[in-house]
Amino acid sequence: MSLAGSPSETIDPPPPPARGWPRERIVGTALLGLWTLLGLGIILFLIRSWDPDLFAKYAPFYLSGLGVTLALVAISSLIGAVLSIPIAYARMSKNPLLYGPAYAYVYFFRGTPLLAQTFLIYYGFGSFRPQLEAIGLWGFFREAWYCAILAFSLNTAAYQAEILRGAIESVPKGQWEGATSLGLSKLQTLYKVILPQALIVALRPYGNEIILMIKGSAIVAIITVYDLMGETRRAYSRTFDFQTYIWAALIYLSVVETLRHAIEWIERRITRHLKR
Amino acid sequence: MDVWTLISFGPDGWGDDIAYGVLVTASLALATLPLGLFVGFMVALAKRSPDKTLRLAGDIYTTIFRGLPELLTLFLVFYGAQIGIQQIVRVFDPGASIEVNSFVAGMVALGAVFSSYASEVFLSAFRAIPKGQYEGGYSIGLSKGQTMRLVVLPQLIKIALPGLSNLWLILLKDTALVSVIGLADILRQSSIAARVTKEAFLFFGLACLIYLVLAIISSVGIGAIERAVGKADIQR
Repeated sequence: MSLAGSPSETIDPPPPPARGWPRERIVGTALLGLWTLLGLGIILFLIRSWDPDLFAKYAPFYLSGLGVTLALVAISSLIGAVLSIPIAYARMSKNPLLYGPAYAYVYFFRGTPLLAQTFLIYYGFGSFRPQLEAIGLWGFFREAWYCAILAFSLNTAAYQAEILRGAIESVPKGQWEGATSLGLSKLQTLYKVILPQALIVALRPYGNEIILMIKGSAIVAIITVYDLMGETRRAYSRTFDFQTYIWAALIYLSVVETLRHAIEWIERRITRHLKR
Repeated sequence: MDVWTLISFGPDGWGDDIAYGVLVTASLALATLPLGLFVGFMVALAKRSPDKTLRLAGDIYTTIFRGLPELLTLFLVFYGAQIGIQQIVRVFDPGASIEVNSFVAGMVALGAVFSSYASEVFLSAFRAIPKGQYEGGYSIGLSKGQTMRLVVLPQLIKIALPGLSNLWLILLKDTALVSVIGLADILRQSSIAARVTKEAFLFFGLACLIYLVLAIISSVGIGAIERAVGKADIQR
C-alpha cells in the first residue's frame, strides 16, 4: 500500500511554470510553429487543389475502400480470436507435442513480415494450382481477398494467442487454487474467475493489435485488394494528384485516433471498481 | 530445374541475388536504427519537458507517425519528397527532374515510425528513474547535461532495452515494405525470382525463412547486449 496522502508524507507542489522565455519554450514554440505551418500548408494545398469533379468521382471509391479495410480487419480479428484460443492453450500446456508446434507457429508468424506471409499465401500457393484444383480449393486461393483474410487471420491469431497467454498468466496462481478449494471445476474457474481478471489486462494489447491490423491492412493493396490504400493508389495512378495520399492519411489517422480513444474509454469504464 | 540449383549461387541460381537482398535489408535496418534512436530520444525529451508547447509538439509527432500505416508513410515520404524537392529545384532550374533515392526514403519513413514508438519506450523508462538520481547528480556538482549523460542515460538504456529490442524486430520486418518502392531487398529479389522461375512458394518460403534467421540472429545479439549491460543489477 502506498502511503500517498497520509500526513506523514509531504508531497511537493508542482514547480511553478517558468517565467519569461527559457530555451525549452523557445524550441517548443518553434516546433509548434513548424507543425502549425505544416498543417496550414496541407489545408492550403487541399483548398487550392480542390476539385469538385475529382471529389465526386473518387469519394465513393474511398468510402468503399474504407469499408473493405474495416471489413478485412473485423473478419480477420474475429477468426484470429477464435484460432488464438487453441493456440494459447497449446502454448501453455506442458506437453511438448502441443507446446512445440504452438511455439513454432507463433514464432513463425511473429518473426516474419506480414507482407511476406501474404505473398507466400497469395502467390506461393499458386504454385500448387493442380493440387488445389484437385481438392477444390483453387477458387479460394485464386481470390486476393480470401488470401488476404487467411494471411491476416493466421497472423493475428499468433499475436492474439500471445496476448491471451500473457493475460491468463498474469492472474496469480492463488486465484486458481482459491477457486479449486471452493469446488469450482477448471472450466468454471476459467470463465468465472480467471478470464474476467485476465481480460482487463488484455484489453489494451488487444486494442493495440486491432490498431496494428488497421495499419497493417494497407499492404493488401499490393496484392490487388482495393481497400482504402488500394483505392488511394488507384486514384493516384490515374490523377497524379498528391492530395489523394493526403486524404488517405487523414482518414487513416482519424480511424486510428477514434479507435484509440474508444479503447481508452472502455478501459476507464471497466476498471472503475479498481480506482481508489 | 531442381530446388538446389534454383537457390544456388551459380549462374542459374538466385542465391546471389537473394544474398544481395539480405545485404540491402540488413543495411537499411542498421542505417535506420541510429536515426530512429536519436530522434526517438529527442522526442522523448520533448515529451517530458516541463514546457507545455514542447510536450505538445512531441505528442503531435507521435500521434501522426503511430497513427499512419507504415506503407502510407513510406509513400508520403517517397512521392511527397519527390514532388516537394522538385518544386524547390524548379525555381532555380526549370525542367530539372528529381529522383528520390528509395533507400533514403525508406530510411526516413521507417525512422519516423521507429522513433515515434521509441519515444514512448524512452518516456516510460524515464519514469522508472527516481528523481533522486538527478538530485544526486546535481548535488555532486554535475551539470544538467553531465547528469543526463553520466547518471541517467546508463540506467535508462538498461530499462529501455527490452522495449527497444522489440522495436528492432519490428523494424526488421517493416523493411519488407520498401520492396514496394523498388528497393532490391529480400522480398523484392525473391518476388523477381518467383516471377521468373514460377516457383513462387519456394522463393517466398525462402524469404520468410531468411527473415526468421535474421530475427534469431537479432535475438542472440540482443541477449548478448542485455548480458553486457548487466541486467541483474537494475533490480532495486
